[in-house]
Amino acid sequence: MTDRPEHLDLATFRARLGEGEGPEYWRTLDELAQDPSFEEMLRLEFPREAAALGEGVDRRDFLRLMSASLAMGGLAACTPQAEETIVPYVNAPERIIPGKPLFYASAMEMDGVGLGVLVESHMGRPTKIEGNPEHPGSLGATDHFAQASILSLYDPDRSQTVRARGEVATWSAFVSALQSNLQPLRARGGEGLRILTEPVSSPTFADQMAKLRQRFPAAVWHTWQPVTGDDRRDGARLAFGRPVHTYHRFAEADVILSLDADFMMRGAGAVRYAREFADRRRVRKDKTEMNRLYVAEPMPTTTGTMADHRLAIQSAAIEELTRGIAAALGLGGEASSGQHATWIGAVARDLRAHAGRSLVIVGDSQPAAVHALAHAMNSALGNVGRTVFYTEPLEANPVPQMSSLRALVADMKAGRVEILMVLGGNPAFSAPYDFGFAAAMNRVPFRVHLSNYYDETSARSHWHIPAAQYLEAWSDVRAYDGTVSIVQPLIQPLYGGRSIHEMAGALSEDVRSGHDIVRDYWRETSGAGSGFEAFWNRSLHDGIVAGTAFPPLALSAGTLPPREEPERWGGPEVVLRPDPMIHDGRFANNAWLQELPKPITKLTWDNTAHVSRATAAAMGLSNGDVVEITAGHWSAEIPIWIVPGHANDSFTVYYGYGAERTGTIARGIGSNLQPLRTMGSGDLLRNASVRKSAKKMRLATVQEHHALSYEMSEGAGARRDIIRSGTISQYVANPRFADEPGHELEGGPSLYPPWPYPGNAWAMVIDTNVCTGCGICTIACQSENSIPVVGKEQVLAGREMHWIRTDHYYKGSPDSDALEMFNMPVPCMHCENAPCEPVCPVQATTHSDEGLNDMTYNRCIGTRYCSNNCPYKVRRFNFLSFPDYETESYKLMRNPDVTVRSRGVMEKCTYCVQRINAGRIEAEKEGRPIRDGEVVPACAQACPTRAIVFGNKNDENSEVARLRSEPLNYGLLTELNTQPRTTYLGSLKNPNPELAPAGAPATAGHAES
Amino acid sequence: MQIFHRSANTLSRFSIFGAVFLAAFALWIIYQLNRSPYATQQREAKRQPVPFSHEHHVAGLGIDCRYCHTSVETSSFAGIPPTATCMNCHKEIWTGAEMLEPVRASLRSGEALQWQRVHRLPDFVQFNHSIHVHKGIGCVSCHGRVDQMPLTWQEEPLTMAWCLECHRAPEEHVRPKEKVFDLAWEAEDQETLGPELVREYRILEKTSCSVCHY
Repeated sequence: MTDRPEHLDLATFRARLGEGEGPEYWRTLDELAQDPSFEEMLRLEFPREAAALGEGVDRRDFLRLMSASLAMGGLAACTPQAEETIVPYVNAPERIIPGKPLFYASAMEMDGVGLGVLVESHMGRPTKIEGNPEHPGSLGATDHFAQASILSLYDPDRSQTVRARGEVATWSAFVSALQSNLQPLRARGGEGLRILTEPVSSPTFADQMAKLRQRFPAAVWHTWQPVTGDDRRDGARLAFGRPVHTYHRFAEADVILSLDADFMMRGAGAVRYAREFADRRRVRKDKTEMNRLYVAEPMPTTTGTMADHRLAIQSAAIEELTRGIAAALGLGGEASSGQHATWIGAVARDLRAHAGRSLVIVGDSQPAAVHALAHAMNSALGNVGRTVFYTEPLEANPVPQMSSLRALVADMKAGRVEILMVLGGNPAFSAPYDFGFAAAMNRVPFRVHLSNYYDETSARSHWHIPAAQYLEAWSDVRAYDGTVSIVQPLIQPLYGGRSIHEMAGALSEDVRSGHDIVRDYWRETSGAGSGFEAFWNRSLHDGIVAGTAFPPLALSAGTLPPREEPERWGGPEVVLRPDPMIHDGRFANNAWLQELPKPITKLTWDNTAHVSRATAAAMGLSNGDVVEITAGHWSAEIPIWIVPGHANDSFTVYYGYGAERTGTIARGIGSNLQPLRTMGSGDLLRNASVRKSAKKMRLATVQEHHALSYEMSEGAGARRDIIRSGTISQYVANPRFADEPGHELEGGPSLYPPWPYPGNAWAMVIDTNVCTGCGICTIACQSENSIPVVGKEQVLAGREMHWIRTDHYYKGSPDSDALEMFNMPVPCMHCENAPCEPVCPVQATTHSDEGLNDMTYNRCIGTRYCSNNCPYKVRRFNFLSFPDYETESYKLMRNPDVTVRSRGVMEKCTYCVQRINAGRIEAEKEGRPIRDGEVVPACAQACPTRAIVFGNKNDENSEVARLRSEPLNYGLLTELNTQPRTTYLGSLKNPNPELAPAGAPATAGHAES
Repeated sequence: MQIFHRSANTLSRFSIFGAVFLAAFALWIIYQLNRSPYATQQREAKRQPVPFSHEHHVAGLGIDCRYCHTSVETSSFAGIPPTATCMNCHKEIWTGAEMLEPVRASLRSGEALQWQRVHRLPDFVQFNHSIHVHKGIGCVSCHGRVDQMPLTWQEEPLTMAWCLECHRAPEEHVRPKEKVFDLAWEAEDQETLGPELVREYRILEKTSCSVCHY
């Protein structure tokens, strides 16, 4: 609950934990403290339901409304089906078969790095993004940004026309205006021409800029975006004296030390890293080895939840910690004698014992020195060339971004800039507050802005050009290891958007189309000669240009960066991080991402300042309290969220919210932290003061929604936990510890004879040991099944519509480093004895002959009995006609293979039955059984760690059948005899015996600090 | 003191029971109306931009169904021919016919012909042509004798009960695969042929809701 501070005192927790009274695995601090409010949440299907019925409806109004609805509903049912037309092609295009989707390889660029994707196209409309298995950065999976990009493509708030001083104009008018303004600059070699881009790795664009420099040698290319990565770049300069890109191979790493790096969800290569990491953690009957992950970080992250040893530590203290580890590794410097000496010693010994098979990785928000230290450690450990690789920078313009922007602003202020081309981004809003970018911009005589939205920067520009999204325009981009993908568009620009290549073309009087620019570049440089056509088609088809990965550089970092006298400061630190969902704000208008619960906090629609329980208690803060953060002259207000496992005396705040002109979804939500992002601040505010204000905000978290409990099956048998976890040594001693006998998945007692499933019997196994809790399954499901968003108010009422949710559990004391975190995706269990089915009065939910729990929307009359009777709380009811039927562009987006559901209808996970049916039809046409892996639900396909496996459990050789026979396999609430088809694999940790005494009981008793 | 005549007792009894029957009768009428060809729009020829005659093209000229409905064996949607398909022949014959002017205009302008849909299922029903064709369900089973339709109409009711008739007893409707597109073919002995073909084609009795509704 958002307003229940008084219960959360340390003494209560200690007492409860000491007495062994509280639950072993818990979701919220209220539950841990056994607060009555949580009990209520557990019993209720929807939290705070009563408040959802508008105020002031009395009995008479109620009756009036009901009779009116009945009458109108009855009348509506009598309308005959409307006439419909069929519109065939005039000339049918080749390859398009109506009713059959096509898939095209492309790549989505973010922060200058490409993720290979396959885009599903229905008769020319892109509808779904999947990962490209051939692409090294994807391996078939995607991130949540790629999944959500389809909604951004069809966003009706996108800028729809070229504008000159705000008035509708044309592209050709822009080109001639640009040329006439360029004319006077020609004589001076382009002096006064400035181009500001976000980081770009496109080889074509690099070539265009190189050619532009020949024409205009005095023109300057600036690069900047809010998430700069400058410290990473500076770290490489410190270590090697030049900009170098680092990538990792987690497949070869036995011991991993992550210093504030959320490498499984953020940054270049995250999708691949998550997969490689997870592949080393899949403990099976015949494989009992796991890698070991140490994480030191202030705010728990997806990577932090996977840690075997997680140290909650201030961001500012990580440099000291790193120097300690470096010293313990014999790299020089003083050995640490601080409070983390045991941790440092154990980690250093473990790293050294696995020299060459270990890996140290540093997060982007750490200072350059920590990056340089990691380079030195990796070199000393012999990891370079094995788990760590150095290459040329991915970016075409690898400049320090903050200085690049600062130079631009200084020149603008001094009147040295005559033409400013801002290609992407919204610097007038997001540039450091004290740069005064917006004001300086006004001094430039000719300003052009290319962007998705008509935003703050566009409004200050003479010309605004709508940007084409990656699904609309040709380009190319490098993956985390340098591999180039051609960005292949799927659809003509919906709103006449232009790409950066066409903008660069306009500067150099190059009238070629974006397609020709990219293709001609590759024709010149590929060296394929007369075989170019084959080379081009192959590159487009595969989604990668073969042989373009950067060769590793033989580099070694020896010296440690000089120690700077640490700044003294009082008060807590404030760490600024881009929001995990909307990033730097570019996805602020994407409702899927806004409503996707953020990892750990499970908050939607808002950004918050995260703080540990102890610090909050000391400052008298509770969830939703708005604090004022002041740094120097600047201050911002943001609500508080208490996060178990957060470092003390530290606030982690997510930025990206606050831009007012990026669309109707983004407007007015979240807290604007821009004032805190100043020139000197970087990502860490040392001298900030945090003061509680009188304000309070209601925050929409889903952490407490749909809570499950073994207590729900009270009296049905022995208590069984929802989460089952242990250590690898426990597993070796007793592989079946997760699933003790007495809780059979099949063949429980029944009054009826067992129902046979002679054909396919669909089942799903979810490996909680590799689930990072990122939520990509949820957004993939949303895209595949056309699931609507409901908005903050409705999330507060517990009416979110996601068919698969990821529950987040804790174990242990909220103030201890021994706090463990677990993630559990929960889709429909497709119970063989489904409790929802017998209670439906109209048989809208029934069982299929392949064991699916079918939901027939057109039969549903909305009694919600099924949802009330579901012990897993996986059914979702559409209360208010949530799908948007009106907006034309969204009609193009929806999956034509699923029905769009309306108000008053129950819906839920179908195991992607549309894919099962499509797979069955293809197999039946060929007269063969469905092959294992032929039918993959959207959640399983998108999952970076392959935590979700789906298949036919009747086929003994299928992966799902093998996993179901694993000793770690267990079902949720099986004591209810539901016989779920969705089962779970227990979670295992691989603790260092030095830090956690071996054989410490893990499933019984409580981990105490 | 007797206000009502004794016969009022009988009358009231009769009217109470009568009301029940009346209500049941009314419901039965509504039910029947709903399934009547009036509601299902059976045998109702729709007005089309060009009065295309299947009778002439199929029976008269002997053109195979798949010449126009190209994706019937591969896709859920059987396919409506693009204007270019019509013009394959009509650039040679009946080139000046007034009736065909919309077709020629479509090719000239690039604007598609808009046909009225004759067989329409609700949006919550997913139907796949290709699997039915592959399992030996003939065109005629659902579309009737299209070769005898001067203007196309919907022959069958297309109600769920009608679908289920066949899904529950496919042996009554299955035919050899090579006869699927033969509209005139009739089995000599469906009772023996049907079960044989069901075995041979491995026809599953798919009656779960999620076969069509998802």
